[in-house]
Amino acid sequence: MYARILWFVACLAVSAAAVAGPKIEHWTLPNGARVYFVPAHELPMVQLRAVFDAGSSRDPAGKPGLARLVNGLLEEGAAGLNADEIARRFENLGAEFGSSSDRDMVTVDLRSLSDSALLDPALDLFARILATPTFPQENLERQREQSLVGLQKEAQSPGAIADRKFYRALYGTHPYAQSPAGDEPGLKAIVRDDLVAFHKRFYVGANAWFVIVGDVSEREAKRIAKQLVGQLPTGEMAPALPPPSALAAAQEQRITFPASQTHVQIGQPGMRRGDPDYFPLYVGNYILGGGGLVSRLSDEVREKKGLSYSVYSYFMPLRVDGPFMLGLQTKNTQRDEAVKLLRQVLAEFVAKGPTDKELEAAKKHITGGFPLRIDSNGKIAEYLAVIGFYGLPLTYLDDFIPRVEAVTAEQVRDAFRRRVHPDKMATVMVGGER
Amino acid sequence: MYWLIPLSLWLAACTQVQETTLPNGLRVIVKEDHRSPVVVSQVWYKIGSQDEPQGLTGISHVLEHMMFKGTAQHGPNEFSRIIAENGGRENAFTSYDYTSYFQQLEKSRLPVSFELEADRMHNLTLADEEFRKEIKVVMEERRLRTEDQPEALVSEKFMATAYTAHNYKNPVIGWMPDLEKMTVEDVRTWYRRWYTPDNAILVVVGDVKPDEVFALAKKYFGPVPSRPPDKTVTASEPKQDKERRTHVAAPAEVPYLILGYHTPVHTSVGKGGDAPEWEPYALTVLAGVLDGGQASRFERELVREKKIAANADVDYSAVSRSPNLLAIDGTPANGHNLGELEQAIHAQIERIKAEPVSTEELKRVKAQVVAANVYSRDSVFYQAMQVGRLAAIGLDWRMLDEYVQRVNAVTAEQVQAVARKYLVDSNLTVAVLDPLPIDKAKRRRAPRMGGGDVR
Repeated sequence: MYARILWFVACLAVSAAAVAGPKIEHWTLPNGARVYFVPAHELPMVQLRAVFDAGSSRDPAGKPGLARLVNGLLEEGAAGLNADEIARRFENLGAEFGSSSDRDMVTVDLRSLSDSALLDPALDLFARILATPTFPQENLERQREQSLVGLQKEAQSPGAIADRKFYRALYGTHPYAQSPAGDEPGLKAIVRDDLVAFHKRFYVGANAWFVIVGDVSEREAKRIAKQLVGQLPTGEMAPALPPPSALAAAQEQRITFPASQTHVQIGQPGMRRGDPDYFPLYVGNYILGGGGLVSRLSDEVREKKGLSYSVYSYFMPLRVDGPFMLGLQTKNTQRDEAVKLLRQVLAEFVAKGPTDKELEAAKKHITGGFPLRIDSNGKIAEYLAVIGFYGLPLTYLDDFIPRVEAVTAEQVRDAFRRRVHPDKMATVMVGGER
Repeated sequence: MYWLIPLSLWLAACTQVQETTLPNGLRVIVKEDHRSPVVVSQVWYKIGSQDEPQGLTGISHVLEHMMFKGTAQHGPNEFSRIIAENGGRENAFTSYDYTSYFQQLEKSRLPVSFELEADRMHNLTLADEEFRKEIKVVMEERRLRTEDQPEALVSEKFMATAYTAHNYKNPVIGWMPDLEKMTVEDVRTWYRRWYTPDNAILVVVGDVKPDEVFALAKKYFGPVPSRPPDKTVTASEPKQDKERRTHVAAPAEVPYLILGYHTPVHTSVGKGGDAPEWEPYALTVLAGVLDGGQASRFERELVREKKIAANADVDYSAVSRSPNLLAIDGTPANGHNLGELEQAIHAQIERIKAEPVSTEELKRVKAQVVAANVYSRDSVFYQAMQVGRLAAIGLDWRMLDEYVQRVNAVTAEQVQAVARKYLVDSNLTVAVLDPLPIDKAKRRRAPRMGGGDVR
C-alpha cells in the first residue's frame, strides 16, 4: 500500500511535466470575430463551433425565451432553403448540425467528414445559416408551441421546478434570474420581428468567436473562418452584464409537489470566469462536493448515512458570478436530517478549510487527470470556445496544472471565507409532505 | 455516393484490436488509439438483470454498488479514492445483459486500475453494515430515476407488459419490494455465482501496446482463481398473439406514450436463429428512415409538417443478449391528443410497410452511418463501449469492422420486409401516461380532447 503511494508520486511528476495543452492558432478577422484553430489529422473529420454572446442574459424585458428561439430557429430556414432542405442537405453529407443556448453563450456547431466533396457543401450551408436565417413565421409558431410543451414538462419535474426557483432566488432582477427556456407569457409575447432584430444585433463579427478543430490545414482553416464568420457584419459586442448583488439574508422556499423525494438546492451567486479566486474555489469545491464519490458531502451524506444517491456542490463560473450550489434529493421523511447535514458540512468547510491531506489528494486528481480533459477533438473544441468567449489566456491549458499545484490550504480557506456565506444562502425545497 | 465503399474499407483496415485469454479464463481485448496519452479500462461481467430470479430483481445493480465497498485489502470507498488520486474518472453501470466497471486514466496509471479490479473480482468483503446503508442509496436512486418520473414509470410498465416470460419484464434497478427485502447474504451468493475471471472480459482502449497490456493483465488478473460461473437460465418470450395496452396514472402535465414491437437482434439471427442475419441491419436502417436526424420522416412529417408531435423518437438496438423491441415514444403537440399521435405513428408504419423507402432516404441513412462511424472514433471511451458490449453478450467484436458494409448492403425491399414481418398489431404493445393533477387545489386546465386514452 505504502509502496504504491510512492509510485504514484513519482509517476505524477513525470506526466505532469510532459503534459501541455494543444498548440492553439489564433487570429482576428476584419469584422472582429476571433478564431481559434487546432489541427488534428488523425481522424478524417472537422469540428466547427461558432459562439455568440447571445444567450438568455440578452433576452429583452418581458420576452424571456427569445435567445433560445433565435438559436433554435437558425436551421429552420436560410437564404432560399426551408427546414426540410437544410436538414436533407446536411444529412445527405453525413454532417451533423447542432445548436445550443444558455445564459451566457449560444453555440452553432457543425461536425463533418473532412473529404472536401462532403465538407465544402456543408460549409456553404453552415455559412448561409449563420448569416441569413429567415425565421419563417410558421416555424416560429411551431417552436413556440414546442417550447410551451417543454415548460409543461418542467412543471412535472421536481428537479426542474427547484432549478427555476433557485435561480430566481439567487438573482432577483438580474438577467441570470430568468430561465433560458423562458416563461409562458414571454414566449407568447414574442413576434417574428423580435427574432430578426435579435439576430441582427447579436450574431455579428464583434460578438463572435469561432473554433475549428480537425483535419484541415491552417490555410484551409483561414478560408473556412473567412467564409463562415468573416461574412458577418461587424456590429458591436454585447454590453457588459451588471455584476449580481450578494444575497442580503438567508431565505427559504418550500414547494409542495406530489413526489416521494424532496429536491434540495442551497446556494448563492458564486464566481465568474477568470475570477482571481478561481483556482482556490475550484480546488476547494472538489474537496467539498465536486469530487464525485470521494467528496466530503458524498462521504457524510451518502457513504456514512445512505441519505441520497446524488449529493454534490459546484461553482458554475459565468461572465459574471454564476451560481454556487449544493444539492441532493432524499425521501421526504429524511428531508430535515439531510438538509441539516448538508449545512453542517458546508459550515465546517468554510470555517476550517481543507486538511493538507485532502488538498494533496485533490491536486493529484485534478493534475493527474489533465490529459483526459483534452483527449478528443470534441473536448478540445469545447475548451477553445470557453477560452475565447471568456477571454481566458491562450495559455490557459498550459497554465492549468501549475495554477492548481500552487493552491494552498490557506488560500482555499481564505477564498471560501470571503466568497461563501452559509448564513446568507437561498434554500429551495421541492417535494412531498414529510 | 461512391465514396462510401472506399471509406468504409479504409476504416475496417485501420482498426487495431488484439485479444488473448488468460489461463484462468479472463478474456483480454485491447484496441490501440494513440491520439492522446490516455487509456480506458473496462471490466465486463456477463451478468445482468435478465439473469435475476423473481424476488431478487435489482440484485446485479445492488452488487455493482457494493463493489465499491471494500475488500480484505482496501476499505470501503478506497477504490474510488485511489482512482481519484491517480487523476482517474470511474464509474460502473448495470444493464439487462451485463455489469461493467470502468476507469479512464492517464496511460501510465493503468496498473493501478488492474490491481484494484483484480482484487475486487474475488476478494469483495460485502459487510452487512455497508450493505444496510447502500441499499438505502439504491432505493433513493430508484425514487430519483423512476418513482418520481412519470415517463420512466411508463417505460417500466411498457417493458413489464411487452414481456410476460422473459426477464426484460423487470427493471434493471429492481422493483421496490424486492429491494426492501434483499439481504447481504443474497448479494454474497450472487457475487459468488457470477464474479469469476471465466465470466469476465477486460477491455482496454488507448495509447497502449497490446503486448504490454497482456503482460500487465497476466500479472494482476492472472492470480485470480478460475471458477466456472453458474449457468444462466433465461426464459424465451413466447410469440405475442395480440395487441397489449396498459396505462400509468401519475402526477404529470404532459401526456406521453410508448409503443413497441418485438424484433430480432444480432444474437437471435443467422445460424441457429429464427431469422436471416440481415434483418437487424434492415431494422437499423428502418429506425434511421423514421427518426435518424432532422430530415427523417418523424421530424419532417409528424413534428414539422403535421405538427402532431412535440417529439417522437424511435429506439432500436441490435446489440442485446435476447430479442429486443423496436420502440417509439412521443408527446403530442399542444392541441393534439395521444389518440391522434398514435394514429399518425400507425400511418407512418403502414406507409413503410406499403411502399419501399426512396433511394434518397436509403442513401441518407447510410451516409449518416458512415460518418457516425468516423465520429465515434473521436471518443476513446465509446470505442471501448462498442467492443465491450458485443463481447459481453457473446458476439464477435469483429462485427464492428463489417458494420458499415452490412448497413450499406441493406436494400429498400429488405426494409419493407422487416416492417411487414414485425411491425404488426399482434406484435404491438402500447403504454400510455394518464396525467393526474399535480396541484390538487388548482383546477386542471381543460382536458385535452379524448383525454389520455387512445383508439
